Amino acid sequence: MKFVDEYRDHEIVQNLLQAIHAETTRPWTIMEICGGQTHAIVRHGLDTLLPSDLTLVHGPGCPVCVTPLALIDKAVAIASLPDVIFASFGDMLRVPGSERDLLSVKAGGGDIRVVYSPLDAVALARRNPGKRVVFFAVGFETTAPANAMAVLQAERESLGNFTVLSAHVLVPPAIAALLSSPANRVQGFLAAGHVCAVMGYEEYIPLAERFRVPIVVTGFEPVDILQGIRMTVQQLEHGRFEVENQYARIVRREGNPAARNAIDRVFRVIDRQWRGIGTIPLSGYGLRPEFRRFDADEQFAVQHILTREPEICIAGSVLQGLRKPHECEAFGLQCTPEHPLGAPMVSSEGSCAAYFRYSRTHHG
Amino acid sequence: MADEQPDFEGFSCPLPIARYGQVLLAHGGGGKLTHELIEKLILPEFRNPGLEQMHDGAMLTIGAERLAFSTDSYVVHPLFFPGGDIGELAVNGTVNDLAMCGARPLFLSSALIIEEGLPVDDLWRIVHSMREAARSAGVMLVTGDTKVVDRGKGDGVFVTTSGIGIIPPGVDINPRHARPGDAILINGPIAQHGIAIMSVREGLQFSTAIESDTVALHGLVEGMLAVAPGIHVLRDPTRGGVASTLNEIAGQAGVGMTIHETRIPVDEEVRGACELLGFDPLYVANEGKVIAIVAREDAEPVLAAMRAHPLGTRAAVIGEVTAESPGVVTMRSSIGSTRIVDMLSGEQLPRIC
Repeated sequence: MKFVDEYRDHEIVQNLLQAIHAETTRPWTIMEICGGQTHAIVRHGLDTLLPSDLTLVHGPGCPVCVTPLALIDKAVAIASLPDVIFASFGDMLRVPGSERDLLSVKAGGGDIRVVYSPLDAVALARRNPGKRVVFFAVGFETTAPANAMAVLQAERESLGNFTVLSAHVLVPPAIAALLSSPANRVQGFLAAGHVCAVMGYEEYIPLAERFRVPIVVTGFEPVDILQGIRMTVQQLEHGRFEVENQYARIVRREGNPAARNAIDRVFRVIDRQWRGIGTIPLSGYGLRPEFRRFDADEQFAVQHILTREPEICIAGSVLQGLRKPHECEAFGLQCTPEHPLGAPMVSSEGSCAAYFRYSRTHHG
Repeated sequence: MADEQPDFEGFSCPLPIARYGQVLLAHGGGGKLTHELIEKLILPEFRNPGLEQMHDGAMLTIGAERLAFSTDSYVVHPLFFPGGDIGELAVNGTVNDLAMCGARPLFLSSALIIEEGLPVDDLWRIVHSMREAARSAGVMLVTGDTKVVDRGKGDGVFVTTSGIGIIPPGVDINPRHARPGDAILINGPIAQHGIAIMSVREGLQFSTAIESDTVALHGLVEGMLAVAPGIHVLRDPTRGGVASTLNEIAGQAGVGMTIHETRIPVDEEVRGACELLGFDPLYVANEGKVIAIVAREDAEPVLAAMRAHPLGTRAAVIGEVTAESPGVVTMRSSIGSTRIVDMLSGEQLPRIC
C-alpha cells in the first residue's frame, strides 16, 4: 500500500536498526509522548529490536487515560439523562468511572452513540431537535480543530441543542511537568507528529533549551519511529539538545494556521486536571466565554460522586514513564482489557493495553 | 511551575468494574467477553459431551451415522449490504458451520423474528435470497417459524437457522487435533465481510468497492477432504476474525501458533480501509473463509486442492503450529519482529453477522 509499505520496509528498518546499534555507546532513556507511538512500538515489536542500552518509556500521551475521573463521572451522569444523546469516540465508553462506565449506561437505556467525527454529533443535533446532544471532546491538540469546527458549525446553524464536554489536554505543559518532577529520568523525547501537524513545534524550542533535552518530532510508522529514535540518540551522544523534525513530510514549523485559528476562536487555555496526576497549570482547553451556551460543563449542573481509588494500580507511574505496565502486580490478572482497573488498560492508545495485547510473553 | 508540582505518585484508578450487571453489546462480539459469557454462564448449566466439543457445531452419533448439528442467529445491520444480505448470510453461515465439522450439509430450519413495519418487499427479497442460497448450496429448508414483534422491539428482521449434515466415514475434525508441526492454511484474502458492513454503517459511510465474501464453503471443504481425509481442524473465522479463531484453537488444543504477516492475504483496498479506520484485518469478520490445520505432509496437497477450487484460488499457508507457549499465537511481522496476536477484546464493531 502506497505511503504505508515504504515506512514498514524490512530493509530500511534493518538499516536503521544497525545504525542505532552502532551509534549508541551509553545507556539512554527516551520517552515517546504519544500513545499512538507506544502502540506502534509494541505492535511492531520495535522495543525488542533496539540496543539493550536504550530504554523507551511510554508517556502520558493517551487522552483517554488522563481524562479526570470527575469528568468521566459527569459524562456518565449527563449520558444517563432521558433527553440526552451522548456522542463519544468509542474508547471513552469503557473507561471506568466511579461507579459505572458509559457502556453500562448504554446497556441501561442511555442513548449513547459512537461517532467518528464531531461533525457527526452536530448532524445528530440537527436531526433530533427534541434532544440535547452532548459531544465528549477528548483529545490532545490533534482533535481540537475538528471539535472547534463542530462548535462553529453549531453556532452557524443556531443549534440550541448541541454542547461539548471539553476534556482537551495539551502536550508541552505535560512535558514541562514531567521534566520538573524530581523522579524524572527521561533524557530525550519523541514529540507526537500529529499534535505538531496542528500546532507546529515552536513551543518545544524553549522546553528543549530550559531542560537541556533533545526533542524530535516523530511520525507513527516503524521507519518514522526508528528515525526519530536515531536522531534523538545522535543528539544525546553529541551533547546536543535541539528540536528536530523527523516528520517533515507532514509537520511544518508553524503547524497548520487554519486549524490553529479555529482552536483560538473557540477555545482558551485553562488549568486542567489530569487523572490522578493532579492539576497542571495551563494544560487544557476550555470553551471561551462567548461560546458558553455550547459548553456542557456549564449547561448541565450534575453532581458527581468521588471515590477512593484502588491502591494496586500503578497507572500514575506508568504514565510518567517511571514503571512499565508489566511491573504492576495486577497486570493481566485483576486488570485486563475486559475488566480494566485503570484507563491505560482501556484505550487503544493506553500503554497497558498495548503491552497486554502485543507482548505478554516478552514481559511476563 | 516548580511550586505547583503535579503529583504523579497519586495516580491511581477508580473502583474496578469487575463484573457487568447487564449484558453489553461487546458480550456478542465473539471475543473474550463472549467467551466469558458462554463459559461462565451457559456452559455450566448444560454441560454434556456434545456441547463440550466447543466446535462450530455438535458432532453426534445416531445408530451408524455421524451427524453434525449447528444453529446460528443473524442480526446483521444493515439488512442489505455490499455483496449480500441477511438471508443469504443466514443460510451460508449455518452451511459453513456444518462444513467446518467436515459434514455434508443436508437440511436447514429457519426462524424469522420480524419487526412490525418491515416493508413486505424487503422481507420478500430476504426470503428469495435464502431460497437462492439454499439452492446453490444444495440444502433443503425443511421447517421454519415466523414471529412478529412490536415496532421498536426488533430491528427489521432477525434470522435464526439450524442445520443438519452427515459426516463421511474417516473424517474426524476437532479443534483439539491441532499438533505441533501442523501447517495453518486459509483459502483467500481476509477481512472483506467486516469492512463491507462498516462501509455502509451510519456515520461511517465511505466509498468502496469492497463486498462481503459471504459464500457456502462446503464444496471447497469437500475437495480438501478428498485429498486429505485426515485434516485436523477446520474453522471459519467469522466474528473476531482470524486472530480470535486461531486463539480459540490454540487454547483448545494446548498448542502454540506462529503466523507470518507477509503470507496472510489481504486485498489492498481492505488494508487501506483498515488503516483508515484503525482496525487490524486479523480481527475483522469473514463469512467465506476457512482456516485449515493439517499435518505437514498434507499441506501441499490440501493447498493444491484449495487453489483448484474457485473459492480458494488465493489460498496460502500462513503459519504453523508449534509446541512453544501453549495457547499463544504469535506473528512474525514484515519488519522481522515478533508479537503476540491476542484474541479480540470487546468488539471492533457490533452486529456484523
